[in-house]
Amino acid sequence: MKGPFKSLAIAMAKGFVRDKATLFFAFVFPLMFLVIFGLLFRDIGAEKMKLGAYGDGEVITALERSGVVELERFATAAEGEAKVRDGDLPGLVEATGTTVVLRFAASDQAKAGTVQGLVAGVTQQLNVAASGQPPKYDFRAEQVEDSSLKSIQYLTPGILSWGIAVTAVFGAAITLVNWRRKQVLRRLRLAPIGITPILTSRVVVTIGVAVTQALLFIGVALLPVFGLTLSGTWWLSIPVFLSGVLAFFAIGMLVGAFCKTEEAATGAANIVVLPMAFLSGTFFPIDLAPKWLQTVSQVFPLRHMNDGVTDFLVRGKGAEALLLPCGVLLGFTLVVSFIASRVFTWEES
Amino acid sequence: MTSSGAEAIVVDDIHKSYGDLRAVDGVSFTVDHGEFFGILGPNGAGKTTALEIMEGLREPDRGSVRLLGIDPFPRKVALLPRIGVQLQASAFFDKLTAREQLETFAALYGVGPARAAEMLELVGLTDKANTREDKLSGGQRQRLSIACALVHDPDVVFLDEPTAALDPQARRNLWDVLRAIRERGKTIVYTTHYLDEAEILCDRVAIMDHGKVLAMDTPAALVRGLDAPARITLERGALTESDAAALPGADDVSADEQSLTITTRTPAPLLTALAERGTLDGLQVRTATLEDVFLHLTGREYRA
Repeated sequence: MKGPFKSLAIAMAKGFVRDKATLFFAFVFPLMFLVIFGLLFRDIGAEKMKLGAYGDGEVITALERSGVVELERFATAAEGEAKVRDGDLPGLVEATGTTVVLRFAASDQAKAGTVQGLVAGVTQQLNVAASGQPPKYDFRAEQVEDSSLKSIQYLTPGILSWGIAVTAVFGAAITLVNWRRKQVLRRLRLAPIGITPILTSRVVVTIGVAVTQALLFIGVALLPVFGLTLSGTWWLSIPVFLSGVLAFFAIGMLVGAFCKTEEAATGAANIVVLPMAFLSGTFFPIDLAPKWLQTVSQVFPLRHMNDGVTDFLVRGKGAEALLLPCGVLLGFTLVVSFIASRVFTWEES
Repeated sequence: MTSSGAEAIVVDDIHKSYGDLRAVDGVSFTVDHGEFFGILGPNGAGKTTALEIMEGLREPDRGSVRLLGIDPFPRKVALLPRIGVQLQASAFFDKLTAREQLETFAALYGVGPARAAEMLELVGLTDKANTREDKLSGGQRQRLSIACALVHDPDVVFLDEPTAALDPQARRNLWDVLRAIRERGKTIVYTTHYLDEAEILCDRVAIMDHGKVLAMDTPAALVRGLDAPARITLERGALTESDAAALPGADDVSADEQSLTITTRTPAPLLTALAERGTLDGLQVRTATLEDVFLHLTGREYRA
């Protein structure tokens, strides 16, 4: 069975490589999203808050030293207040003698709160220090590796999973429909080969394409301009990745088994993949979505592939975290493949 | 060749209905080894369904098929290398060249890539070996699809309307290919709605209409059986109607604005007499064809 498998795989690979439109949608199109979003969101979270300052003294110095805000100094309080009024600054700190006054704009509640807390905190700290008493409550701030990531860190696994899902679903579905419609399936059925070399050759080509996509997307994201950093356990994302490819291949086979024309298959594949792409954290972290949506998105294989790849590629989780995404994705593959095999027909009629 | 009796194919009273439509309604025939057997009839006569039942792609509602001594349905993997089926001219892998198509299909049968060149030669596509399937003309695609059906050197070849939708020149090129296949000793079963073509190519034909076989024999015997007169047509003015009627063997004479037609059952003395008069310019002799047989059998003009 080596001969048929190999020749079919080569035939499909050549068909893929020679089709410019397919190449575009597999490699260039997702990469465009990665580049655009990567550059667009690059500086989010990195920018410091600005705060107006008038006068001087310990409070101003302490604020400056905190490194949390960038101070803009003004020669007169009125000048600074005008800036706050215009909405250019969230607040102005006037430190004259022992009086510290914060004038803030109430339009942005979150910023107003942050600014108040910050200035009050710094002031109280100085008060405690000035009293000469040891503080009753010991306060320390320690940074933890938090789950909110730099944008490129979640964009890469998200767009990678999405690009691979689209290519796998469309590739499998269109091939199947096209082969049935053009009687290539009949030709294969008239040849003395089983279904195994036909299926495995298509799976191998799909995986080959997916691996190429992954290398390209990660390679681009690693460029200094985007600044992706891989975690120590990045290689554990490979099993999740492969399980995901199989799951989407199975979906493609199901779509191809149902649809009679390429147009119908394209439509059906879009209906399956597009909602998944938006609700599975491809373009923004799913944590930002409402709770119910996060729950709903658990039914999507793309969500699990995305989460799984993110866990290892950038979050550095251990091997025990493999179980959930791989289990869900492989289970999904089995169920969908089974349904597809029931629906499948060799002939058009 | 393993022995499986004298007949390559035995079809015994097969029936196949789709809803109310009786696509094949009690068809029986046998095809000998090495025979070129044609199934003729207009579109919708049931030719393709009969062919697909013979190939084992469809199960007959009733009746039986023996293909090389084996019931082809359900799919018999052992039988498949011995039969070749030409499919519609689009049954190719996307974006592959003519040679690559043949190499891929050859590999499915465990046949090496060397056969590809031989097949391209057979169907006259050697110079198109590196052309992608979508860049081939209709006739070239038909020839390639026949080459794909032959790449594993089968004993029995099924061809479904191989000359449909081809221009006259491409059709004639394909006839040469079909004759070359027959010279290789293959048993060929083919369907066509071109009666003239079947008359030229086939050893034996079955004429089908509405799912039934109306007649089956060699084309010559079918035409002879009609006992139809020959019609000799001359240019108008070459001869007067009364002169024509006086010719030896002339049974009937009719004329229209362009031509004069003499009906005869003994064309030889009549043609001699015309030659003596020197009135052979523009002369056409039309003997009965399978189309006349079809007209006789069905009572209606043949329309492909």
